[in-house]
Amino acid sequence: MKAFDYAAPASLPEAVGLLASQPAARLLAGGTDLLVQLRSGRKQADVVIDVKKIPELNEITLAPDHSLTIGAAVPCYRLTDHPAIRTHYPALAEVASWIGGTPIQGRASLGGNLCNSAPSADSIPLLIALSASAHLIGPAGRRSVPVEAFCTAPGRNQLAPGELLVAIHIPAPAPHSGAAYLRFIPRNEMDIAVVGAGASLTLANGLIAAARLALSSVAPTPLFVPAAGESLIGQAPTPAALEAAAQLAQAAASPISDMRGSAAYRRHLCAVMARRALELALARAQESK
Amino acid sequence: MSTPTYNVIGTRPIRHDGADKVTGRALYGADLQLARLVHGAILRSPHAHARILRIDTSKAEALPGVFAVVTAADFPPAPADKIVDFGEGDTLLSSLRGNILASGKVLYSGHAVAAVAAVNAHVAAEAAALIDVEYEVLPCVLTAPAAMAPGAPILHDHLPNGNIAETVRYEMGDLAAGFAQASLIVERELDTATVHQGYIEPQNATAFWSTDGRIQIWCSTQGSFVARDATAAVLDLPVSHVKVTPMEIGGGFGGKINVYLEPVAALLSKKAGRPVKLVMSRRDVFTGTGPTPGSRVRVKIGVNPEGKITAAQAWLAYEAGAYPGAMVVPGAMTVFACYDIENILIEGYDVVVNKPSTAAYRAPGAPNSALATETVLDEIAEKLGLDPLTLRLRNAAHEGTRRADGPRYKRIGCVEVLEAMQASPHYNAPLPGPHCGRGVAIGFWFNVGLPSSATLSVNADGTVNLIEGSTDIGGSRASLAMQAAEVLGLRAEDIHPTVVDTDSVGYTGVTGGSRTTFSTGLAVHDAAQLVIAQMKARAARLWAVDHVDFANGVFSANGNSLSFAELAAQLGATGGPVSCSATVNPKGVGGSFAGLITDLHVDPETGKTTVLRVTSVQDAGKAIHPAYVEGQMQGGTAQGLGWALNEEYFMDADGDMRNGSYLDYRMPTALDLPMIETIIVEVPNPGHPFGVRGVGEANIVPPLPSVANALYRATGKRLNRVPMNPATILGL
Amino acid sequence: MSAKVQVQTTINNEPVEFLCEPRQSLLECLRDIVGLTGAKEGCGDGNCGSCTVRLGDRIVTSCLVLGVEAAGQSITTVEGLAHGNTLHPLQKAFLENAALQCGICTPGFLIAADALLQKHPQPTEEQTRFWLANNLCRCTGYDKIIRAVQAAAHEINANSGAAQ
Ligand SMILES: Cc1cc2nc3c(=O)[nH]c(=O)nc-3n(C[C@H](O)[C@H](O)[C@H](O)COP(=O)(O)OP(=O)(O)OC[C@H]3O[C@@H](n4cnc5c(N)ncnc54)[C@H](O)[C@@H]3O)c2cc1C
Ligand code: FES
Ligand code: FES
Repeated sequence: MKAFDYAAPASLPEAVGLLASQPAARLLAGGTDLLVQLRSGRKQADVVIDVKKIPELNEITLAPDHSLTIGAAVPCYRLTDHPAIRTHYPALAEVASWIGGTPIQGRASLGGNLCNSAPSADSIPLLIALSASAHLIGPAGRRSVPVEAFCTAPGRNQLAPGELLVAIHIPAPAPHSGAAYLRFIPRNEMDIAVVGAGASLTLANGLIAAARLALSSVAPTPLFVPAAGESLIGQAPTPAALEAAAQLAQAAASPISDMRGSAAYRRHLCAVMARRALELALARAQESK
Repeated sequence: MSTPTYNVIGTRPIRHDGADKVTGRALYGADLQLARLVHGAILRSPHAHARILRIDTSKAEALPGVFAVVTAADFPPAPADKIVDFGEGDTLLSSLRGNILASGKVLYSGHAVAAVAAVNAHVAAEAAALIDVEYEVLPCVLTAPAAMAPGAPILHDHLPNGNIAETVRYEMGDLAAGFAQASLIVERELDTATVHQGYIEPQNATAFWSTDGRIQIWCSTQGSFVARDATAAVLDLPVSHVKVTPMEIGGGFGGKINVYLEPVAALLSKKAGRPVKLVMSRRDVFTGTGPTPGSRVRVKIGVNPEGKITAAQAWLAYEAGAYPGAMVVPGAMTVFACYDIENILIEGYDVVVNKPSTAAYRAPGAPNSALATETVLDEIAEKLGLDPLTLRLRNAAHEGTRRADGPRYKRIGCVEVLEAMQASPHYNAPLPGPHCGRGVAIGFWFNVGLPSSATLSVNADGTVNLIEGSTDIGGSRASLAMQAAEVLGLRAEDIHPTVVDTDSVGYTGVTGGSRTTFSTGLAVHDAAQLVIAQMKARAARLWAVDHVDFANGVFSANGNSLSFAELAAQLGATGGPVSCSATVNPKGVGGSFAGLITDLHVDPETGKTTVLRVTSVQDAGKAIHPAYVEGQMQGGTAQGLGWALNEEYFMDADGDMRNGSYLDYRMPTALDLPMIETIIVEVPNPGHPFGVRGVGEANIVPPLPSVANALYRATGKRLNRVPMNPATILGL
Repeated sequence: MSAKVQVQTTINNEPVEFLCEPRQSLLECLRDIVGLTGAKEGCGDGNCGSCTVRLGDRIVTSCLVLGVEAAGQSITTVEGLAHGNTLHPLQKAFLENAALQCGICTPGFLIAADALLQKHPQPTEEQTRFWLANNLCRCTGYDKIIRAVQAAAHEINANSGAAQ
């Protein structure tokens, strides 16, 4: 690994200032992507800026309406262990418990997962399904970007030079809604999704009032499939309707073949995982008040 | 014959090195710190097959903090056709050296080309990246069938037969007549992918070349004497100039017999004038050490209506990797080794390809060939409507059965293993539900003999020091101390075992080939017998008698008696301390049979397999320390399940390994396996005083076919490729 | 080369200061600078768990932590698990259950299992396997490790029950 300097700013302005003055800086949250990439030479840095000392990035705020703001550096275990998140966002608690194993979850953050912008990132399809947005700060001030618009290519995203992620915001879930993320991996842990599917579903008067679906590992970025969700709106939540939505997800995918699975296998899994995620989201919506 | 009763053997004492290993005090190779130590890095080829046109090390040498840079040009000159043998068969010195540092051509992606020593590992890595190598890239060939095809790229000009380095042929009886008697013939061809042993500790070596021309090496090796002899041969030094101290070893499974780093660390140290430590990265381990061969095996078996095998034929092609020496010979020797068959033809091919030079991996070669035999038998059992274990029992090898490669078995436990499987609670339990399947298979592996040495020194307080040269990968200090204790009538904890360097004990072969508890155990047993004989002589002198008896730790004659400790206290006065050594070189040793019952579930939509229950059965001859016998069975089963289901070298068309990390190589985690039930069968080995059979290896042979057969029962599909991963199961 | 940094930590309940480069992992610092070689490097990328240590109140793979990040934090390594000459119940259970063969994975398993038992005093087999999935063992097939963790849990609970 090439030598670099280390800085740990204690406030957002300080971090923004440092970032703006250091073109070859890299931000460090849990380091579970960054340090691997620096060590393998895939990325370089002159200075590593540790964002974990910035209070705002470490906060979890659950508003009275249950909208949720997760600081960009909050490690996964805090989501899994958070009683209110387990109650109101079971899918989020689950996905946080699947990223790496126990010692990885002591460090890895959703912010890092999002900013690393891997097509396989497990949290992103769920965040898209939950209509989350990314709160950014930079030299030009603050702005907010919907998560589905955040990633632009493998490892690339909307962050402008000097910009950093402050938090991920999830709007209040509607009554009678549920969400789920399911991934297919050959092992039972410690694996990167061959295909993952995140879904959310809202019921009103026995019909589907809203639905969103997104996939991982089947396109250059986590893939939001609006058509799949839209196809369900106004429908009764029947197996056939869910299956049809899953087929739309499959049609939208453009997977590649690599060491984690062939394109044909991934395409096949799209429909299976999308349907299963919708089924679980539906079950949760039916249980929710 | 009555079964002997033992005091120590068969009990489960705490291992002698245990406390050090649970407190972090045990020193493994990478833990070694020395004054003025510098650190190395290796530059590896990015190409699977290329001519090296030029190596320019000047920029690396100029980097501040760099002490030395070496390439193959730093090896002393040697004749091109010199042959060396370290007890594992003949090897060309040029091949041995060529794999350590490439010269002329690189033959696989990951092939070591140059090495650097620098003030720390980061600077060494930066320097290695500054070495400029100009390559002429050549077409590569990655599988045995492709390498055997006409027009394939040729790896070595000196091989007379293209890429076929060796052929093996075993023939017995009359094959055509045998098939003519068959009422049912089944033939199948199955491929397996290259897999790695996966030991958690990467290879490492620290060397110091002192001004008097002597070299000290500290390393992680299964065979300190092999490491010594190979290093001496590669560097053209007298063997006595090289001393190897085996550090604690973090797994090997056959993969830590070959030398990779030791001579390089030595060359770097010579140039740097300081001790040099080399430690591989995980990617280096995958791409730069020896995995076990991928293979294609075709098996054809004929049976009569009763299920008696009338003829069996096998064709095997194993990928040796870059240099000759695939495990096709043991693959061919074991392919039908479980069965009593009159008419056999086996042909095997050792084929070089542009992948890392292969190494041993637990029963090397046998899982590949057993996969074909055992799945064909499963199909035959199904077609005959026979229980698959009954079919095997009708054909099981027994005392007197001749193996196709020549030898006749002495007393073996094949039938007993099959009977134990059939009687097991697991085999008689129902399957839990739909999409589930149960598979069975058995396998055989030899116990390699090879020399071993041991020294026992009696202390005045009655404790005994045991000096031995077998590196302890899984509790062998305990199993050896227990054998000494048994003979000496002591407790296991009265024996203090130490694994020492190559200057401090007689020649001892590798810890491998299921031989340590067997062969080194024999040396310990013999040394202990000598101790008893000498101690009897002392007692005889004390009591002025001609004959002294020894039983249960007590010497006695004519109403006199002394315990071992009491007599030990008198050794000083009766002629001085007693210390006895033995070196053995056992021949004609027995082998071990193992079986596995696997229950699994397949998700029909995703193809994902969940292993629900497994029972491993193995003939241990006599289990010295049953917990460590179970441990071997569980470990081999786990590795076999990983091999069967997910593990493989995923190479791109250019021969680059795309999954050279634990993340993507996918070895089983704790969450991927159930508890592993074990049944130890004990059919004593007539070639060992306690009846010991080595148990390290046979257990990895059954999992591949056991899983394949279970998958068939769960899905109705007979797959022809391992790993039988989810995509393969769905045919996608 | 960038300037070295002075790091103050508490390691195994003792104050420890060390000087490191920012690029050095906590694992490197512990092993090569502080001289605590109990934590091992099996992969360097977070996948094998043999470098697992406790950092603050969480376990981490120390190969994926920078040494400089440990400033002001407390660290527990396998060397700090025993109380003087008395082995930790997990260490004892690993020995009694033959839960190690080569032993290279053992330090990581012990630290991870210790954290598990603090969170789940009597974990189920499933909980144990899930928690330990980031720790690879190639020798044992995990069976005896799982048994050892459960045995240690029993012992700890029995003792704490007796103490009340
Ligand atoms: C063993 C192992 C297993 C893993 N398993 C999974 C898995 O199952 N699923 C999965 O999705 N991922 C997995 N990962 C990848 C990784 O753990 C996750 O992506 C994790 O969420 C990254 O978070 P982090 O805090 O460690 O990010 P870091 O590594 O600290 O950062 C990741 C990237 O984001 C940038 N960054 C960090 N914080 C900010 C910020 N505030 N603003 C702007 N940019 C920022 C960094 O510069 C870097 O480029 C695994 C990794 C390992 C080592
Ligand atoms: S060395 Fe840190 S996880 Fe493997
Ligand atoms: S005991 Fe060897 S890796 Fe676990």
